[in-house]
Amino acid sequence: MIKIANVSKHYGDFKVLTDCTTEVSKGEVIVVCGPSGSGKSTLIKCVNGLEPFQSGEIIVNGISVGDPKTNLSKLRAHVGMVFQNFELFPHMSITENLSVAQIKVLKRGKDEAMEKGLALLDRVGLKEHAHKYPGQLSGGQQQRVAIARALAMDPICMLFDEPTSALDPEMVNEVLDVMTELAQEGMTMMCVTHEMGFARRVADRVIFMDRGQIVEDDDKEAFFQNPRSERAQQFLAKILQH
Amino acid sequence: MYEFDWSSIPGALPFLWEGMVISLKITFAAVVVGIVWGTLLAMMRLSAIKPLSLFAAGYVNLFRAVPLVMVLLWFFLIVPRFIEELFNIPPGVDLRLSSAMIGFALFESAYYSEIIRAGIQSVPKGQMAACSALGMTYGQAMRLVVLPQAFRNMVPLLLTQAIILFQDTSLVYVSALADFFGAAYKVGDRDGRLVELLLFAGAVYFVICFAASSLVKRLQKKYQLA
Repeated sequence: MIKIANVSKHYGDFKVLTDCTTEVSKGEVIVVCGPSGSGKSTLIKCVNGLEPFQSGEIIVNGISVGDPKTNLSKLRAHVGMVFQNFELFPHMSITENLSVAQIKVLKRGKDEAMEKGLALLDRVGLKEHAHKYPGQLSGGQQQRVAIARALAMDPICMLFDEPTSALDPEMVNEVLDVMTELAQEGMTMMCVTHEMGFARRVADRVIFMDRGQIVEDDDKEAFFQNPRSERAQQFLAKILQH
Repeated sequence: MYEFDWSSIPGALPFLWEGMVISLKITFAAVVVGIVWGTLLAMMRLSAIKPLSLFAAGYVNLFRAVPLVMVLLWFFLIVPRFIEELFNIPPGVDLRLSSAMIGFALFESAYYSEIIRAGIQSVPKGQMAACSALGMTYGQAMRLVVLPQAFRNMVPLLLTQAIILFQDTSLVYVSALADFFGAAYKVGDRDGRLVELLLFAGAVYFVICFAASSLVKRLQKKYQLA
């Protein structure tokens, strides 16, 4: 479904991504981890073309992201993305947040979009908040709305960019629960996260990045039980001590 | 000692009111055009298309580097001729008000575009990214998400600029157009009561602008609470 081949990106002399290659099949859940500044967020943003890259190729559902002829808006409409800072639209109510892109991008009717939005809102357990504004919700609730907003577009896969990093600790689980459910329903997912518990429970494969390179790309068991690289061993030792 | 004599004011009120209407018309035209054209300029300036952003930068820097009086004089001396020829208007038709409106509108657009540009930049970048990720085009993202938030942040600044603009309309006296200030000057000159009329005009400007500023401040507080 997602094919990343020899992708490199640099700002001037600074290399953000070096020769990254991996693949995500349909229904697979991939966790991307690594120290901050390792390029994991950049890599995931390259997948839907939010970040341009200079060389290599990314194919999503048979469409080349880097090709200047590709209609990126059309591609992105079907690749869901969830951001670290939620990025709900603060001047719109929750229902408007859920329906605006359905109406304007997918050209769905207002009623249909509303119905779909409300159904998904119910699914993330926030039905009673439909008429509120994002500012009235907690961080965890906002992130769940953001997931529902992405799902409303009927995405073929979902990208998560550190979805729990901006949350208070007690809100992390409500978001992870929604993501776990999604994974169990067979959604193709690529998640940048430090939540190793989530990775252990849900991931099929773990990608470990360091300094812009994919250092490990392994089955979950292999990664957690005996990481091959020293860098990953150190990372796991640090993160799993707690 | 100078003895004040306010007696020429009551009789001149209708004439002064006409002047006020002209001042308000110019202000209104300049604010409306300024915001619309200013928004377009701001978007051009922020756009990735080099010629557009260069044009907008040039426009804004030119108008901001030239005194308003000078721009008004250009528009009184040069533009009317040009319009007369373009639309075949016989010479003698009074184009001073239209020229003043155009001059102000084009000048103020430069200032408005800077306010609006700052407003657009005050909206977190992630909002645009979220729009893109949902498949919106750049135009949709601007129209539906970025500009509405930018304008909400900008309302106090836009209104404050409108108040400054209202005061600046007095500069049209260079064309002998009888705006409120010009009308007051004319009456004072006619009756030999310039001091009284100018004090009166000053008081009126003060009351209007002070009241408007206070209103803006109250609005601002309300917005901050919301």
